[in-house]
Amino acid sequence: MAQAETVRSSLAESLASETAGDSIEYLSRGKLIRRRFWRHRLARLGLPVLVALYLMAIFADFIAPYPAHTRLKGFKDAPPSVIHFGMDGNPFQPYIYARERSFHPKTFREIYTEEEDEKYPIHFFVRGEPYWIMGLFKLDLHLFGVDEDTNITLFGTDSVSRDLFSRTVIAARVSLFVGLGGVAISFVLGCLIGGVSGYFGGIIDEVIQRIIDLLIAIPTLPLFMALSAAIPREWPVAHTYFAITMVLSIVGWTGLARVVRGKLLSLRDLDFVVASRLAGGSDLYIIWRHLLPNFASHLIVTMTLAIPGMILGETALSFIGLGMQEPGISWGVLLEDTKNFGALVHQPWKLIPALFIIVTILMFNFVGDGLRDAADPYSL
Amino acid sequence: MTAPPILKVEGLKKYFPVEKGFLRRVVGQVKAVDGVSLEIGAGETLGLVGESGSGKTTVGRCILRALDPTEGSIQFQIDDDVSVDMARINRRELRALRRYANMIFQDPYYSLDPRWTVLDIVGEPLKLAKLADGAELEERVARLMEVVGLEAKHLRRYPHAFSGGQRQRIGVARALATNPRLIIADEPVSALDVSTQAQILNLLSDLQGEFGLAYLFIAHDLSVVEHISDRVAVMYVGKLVEIAPKDQLFFFPKHPYTEALLSAVPTPDPDVEKKRIILPGEIANPADPPAGCYFHPRCQYAQARCREEEPALREVSPGQWASCHFADELALVGAPR
Repeated sequence: MAQAETVRSSLAESLASETAGDSIEYLSRGKLIRRRFWRHRLARLGLPVLVALYLMAIFADFIAPYPAHTRLKGFKDAPPSVIHFGMDGNPFQPYIYARERSFHPKTFREIYTEEEDEKYPIHFFVRGEPYWIMGLFKLDLHLFGVDEDTNITLFGTDSVSRDLFSRTVIAARVSLFVGLGGVAISFVLGCLIGGVSGYFGGIIDEVIQRIIDLLIAIPTLPLFMALSAAIPREWPVAHTYFAITMVLSIVGWTGLARVVRGKLLSLRDLDFVVASRLAGGSDLYIIWRHLLPNFASHLIVTMTLAIPGMILGETALSFIGLGMQEPGISWGVLLEDTKNFGALVHQPWKLIPALFIIVTILMFNFVGDGLRDAADPYSL
Repeated sequence: MTAPPILKVEGLKKYFPVEKGFLRRVVGQVKAVDGVSLEIGAGETLGLVGESGSGKTTVGRCILRALDPTEGSIQFQIDDDVSVDMARINRRELRALRRYANMIFQDPYYSLDPRWTVLDIVGEPLKLAKLADGAELEERVARLMEVVGLEAKHLRRYPHAFSGGQRQRIGVARALATNPRLIIADEPVSALDVSTQAQILNLLSDLQGEFGLAYLFIAHDLSVVEHISDRVAVMYVGKLVEIAPKDQLFFFPKHPYTEALLSAVPTPDPDVEKKRIILPGEIANPADPPAGCYFHPRCQYAQARCREEEPALREVSPGQWASCHFADELALVGAPR
């Protein structure tokens, strides 16, 4: 008895002294993955940018000075506002000039000139149009704004005088979350079908794999087009959005199903799984405690790398008019305004939503790359 | 051995179907294990030797029902007066019996879950058998760690922090956790370097003395089993070709295949003249074995009878069984003394 007591106390002591330091021997696989991930420079850039983008999308109504569909009278096709600093004795106070619209005598294109004697300071945390936060609270606070006599248009305006900055920020909600939603549905489908395929094997596996082959063989864009052409035009925005997400994931699940199946097959016969079975572990216990933790990291990588495809898919559909429809807006919808060539030449600011798409896709790919390198900390 | 054997395997067969085409028609059988019978006494070590593809690992896995045998009986004496047929019991009953036997694996890298700590890994059999939990579990695992020569304070480390030899010790600790009577060691030292091999072999024989364990020690060469085995069985293409007490098998082999394996055992004495027998060709394909004696295409003593008639495993001398038509006539060369 006394001996057991001393064993216990010395054990507790040594454990306390050993776990105190965070030497590499004590890092769990999760911690190793995080370490490796942070060593990937581009991923280290990508993650904060993505977080910022998603925060922007979540708090879009607060960041945007105007609602998405408000027309700013007298500001059709206006270029971005130029921000100046230094006003009322404060060298950091930003302000804009009022702008006067005139028309080119021959082309009748709008020309905007700054009225240097009319300065409007940019105020922060101003009251403006009310909006709902997550459908719960009504709020009318906006990040910034100017007095009502003029308008601030950071990214310029579109052909019907709507503020492109507000619209870009608000459209991010659809564009960014369509990827997450699509991947979430793909994830469920992929895990389920891939799991069944890998677990049961035999003829079920064979049939499922051939169906996946078939789905992959169909060119993506025509399939997207065919499916989304079937979405009724009179559906409300929320329904359309959900339908588009479904369309995207119908193609997206195949890759995930393959990953799940492959991982199940390769892990199923590993010695530590056999050992667990020999110790008396049931199938469900083994899948839950051994298999899932070991391929979760690979799943996350595949999912991260699947999101850009979904975002691009939605953008392409919306751009050709088969995806989101006004009044629902996404970055693809905003880009519809650039369809005519004149817009690109004379109003290049209308391409700003495309920049957001490019940055988002790049960052997702960086993060995905970083995750892929980090997913298996033992492979070198 | 007067006491009943704790493991008695009779006529064990394991066939894997060969499937072909989309509809998975069965077009043949791979006879990985084809009628193996053996016994292991309490506290005894039986070495099981064969080339890769001979079915030795399959035998081990069938005995513990990691694979379901196609045919045969596996009588396992779990207690002094309780014996069960491992081949016939269902999955639920099997789970209750897991604590009486366990396995040590070949590859110390794949046999430990990289996401689990040593405490979880070694404690898993105890937890699943509901033998210990919480602080008691921790204590028992700590003691197991000391038993296998690892420091108890490393309980919370992950497998990646250990060397190959240390990992194999963790595997041994896991196998020992529930105080089993039988341990199947599936090439436990093949993946280790020579100095570590000796350490693990010594550990295994020390543990045998301490806990009265019986081992089925699977290996692919005879030099490894020489030190640890009481008896040795040699397998070729799913069948036993010879089984005998160690010294008898090493010095008076009765099967040409055993002779060839023995000639490959390195001798530490450079003055000993040795004639190495190089077997021509490959091990026979268990899906399509040759007629007659499976070994005849590679046997230097093969005669017409060997090509037609399959030899039975028979007792050539007391305790020594061999399956060769000419076991009595051939003067085979054993290991150098």
